[in-house]
Amino acid sequence: MEVEQTALPGIGLRHDFTTQSGKRIGVVSHRIGRRDLVIYDREDPDRACEVVKLNDEEADALVELLGAPRIVQRLNQAHQEVEGLVSLQLPIPATSRYVDRPMGDARVRTRTSASIVAIVRSGQVFASPGPDFVFAAGDIVVVVGSADSTSEVADILAEG
Amino acid sequence: MHHTAILFLEFGAVLLGLGVLGALALRAGISPIPLYLIAGLAFGTGGVLPLATSEEFISVGAELGVVLLLLTLGLEYNADELVTSLKSNARAGIVDLVLNAAPGAICALLLGWGPVAAVAMAGVTYATSSGITAKVLTDLGWIGNRETPTVLSLLVFEDLTMAVYLPVLTAMLAGLSLVSGAITVAIALATVSVVLLVALKFGRYIEAFVSSPNSEVLLLKVVGLALLVAGLAQQLQVSAAVGAFLVGIALSGQLAHDAQALLAPLRDLFAAVFFVFFGLQTDPTKILPVAGLAAALAVVSMLTKLATGIYAARRAGIAKAGQARAGIALIPRGEFNIVIAGLAVAAGAHPDLGPLAAAYVLILAAFGPLAAKLVQPLFEAIAKRA
Repeated sequence: MEVEQTALPGIGLRHDFTTQSGKRIGVVSHRIGRRDLVIYDREDPDRACEVVKLNDEEADALVELLGAPRIVQRLNQAHQEVEGLVSLQLPIPATSRYVDRPMGDARVRTRTSASIVAIVRSGQVFASPGPDFVFAAGDIVVVVGSADSTSEVADILAEG
Repeated sequence: MHHTAILFLEFGAVLLGLGVLGALALRAGISPIPLYLIAGLAFGTGGVLPLATSEEFISVGAELGVVLLLLTLGLEYNADELVTSLKSNARAGIVDLVLNAAPGAICALLLGWGPVAAVAMAGVTYATSSGITAKVLTDLGWIGNRETPTVLSLLVFEDLTMAVYLPVLTAMLAGLSLVSGAITVAIALATVSVVLLVALKFGRYIEAFVSSPNSEVLLLKVVGLALLVAGLAQQLQVSAAVGAFLVGIALSGQLAHDAQALLAPLRDLFAAVFFVFFGLQTDPTKILPVAGLAAALAVVSMLTKLATGIYAARRAGIAKAGQARAGIALIPRGEFNIVIAGLAVAAGAHPDLGPLAAAYVLILAAFGPLAAKLVQPLFEAIAKRA
């Protein structure tokens, strides 16, 4: 994909490119900070048939909407690219002996050399939990490590 | 009545009247410049409401208006843009110059006004109003269009041409001999080159001197510097307007944007005064006899601007509808043309030059933006059929 940059003397810059489906879209960056999202006419490719004026806040919001899913995708790809590294999401069953006990009691790192990087509890993410983090039934534990060590973690957490 | 009382009454009434006219123009979607000119015609010599006391005050205000107009125009562009535009669009720029200076010059020569008036009229028909054109582009959503960079760089080229043209015109109007005229022009050219060079290489030093976190200090420094250089330029016969324009170019970046925002209200006030003043100097009874001529000149120079736009856009690889849009966007004439005519009138050019220029700009400042709006549906039809 090639993004074309054109100077607009006295106004600012224009960036535009053609999407795979053949639509040409662009962004006019005004020097005063305003952004225009422009979509070009299929029949008259020189004409912007749709101009959406965005202030700073709106432009940021749009960037987040368009950009965030892509960032997640890239992270997933990065994981796959590191050979031998596995990321698993393991549930804590209600029957687990670690329910209502601090994470340190499981001694996951010492026993398996895999790391617990996050806990997901009812949609909320607790990143890098400490050893005193108390597990609850239904928590999802995100573990990173080798294929063997992560499956060992699964066994530990499921212990009754 | 006390002198100050009359001055305030007259000047206040003029400004209030302009405000009301501006509101009307806004509602009709046209540039207020033609209405300001009409207001000036009504107040001036031979008009319905001649001003007695405030004319002198208005004339000083008008001079300030020209300086501020050119200063803010210079602030819009930075030296890099000017140089790039000069390099990449020189050919289209020269076509623009030749095609559009010709109607005015030929008209003046046919009327037997002499070579000096021909040079002045050439300027009147040449320059597109970058103010009105920028507004048309914004209002119609044409900023993102692919022909717009072509239009904008033609405007930049025209403004740069003005930096050379105005001193030449000033020298010719002053009736200088060939030798002293040539010296003046050489000084002007040297000044323009030096300022461009300084702006490119040492712009940050000027900015370091001018810039201030306090908007009041910034305003005083920028206006002070512009007036000082304008006065110096006037003394060197280079024209005050060019001096102010060059100060604007020398300032760039964030500083230029801040200064532009600060100066905008001041410029709007004094530029309106300037248009009124030009109208004041023009006798409305003299407009009617030249109206037909002005209309013919307007039609011819509309066609030449259209041709310019088509030529320049085609060179940039734009399709037919876009070429026509580029031409249409270039049609409006406005502040610069009146500045040029104002210089000629002040120097005592042919008495019909003022009324002709006034009628001409009245037509094109009003019709240019309307033409763009009216023709838009037509383009869509053309594009669909092609």
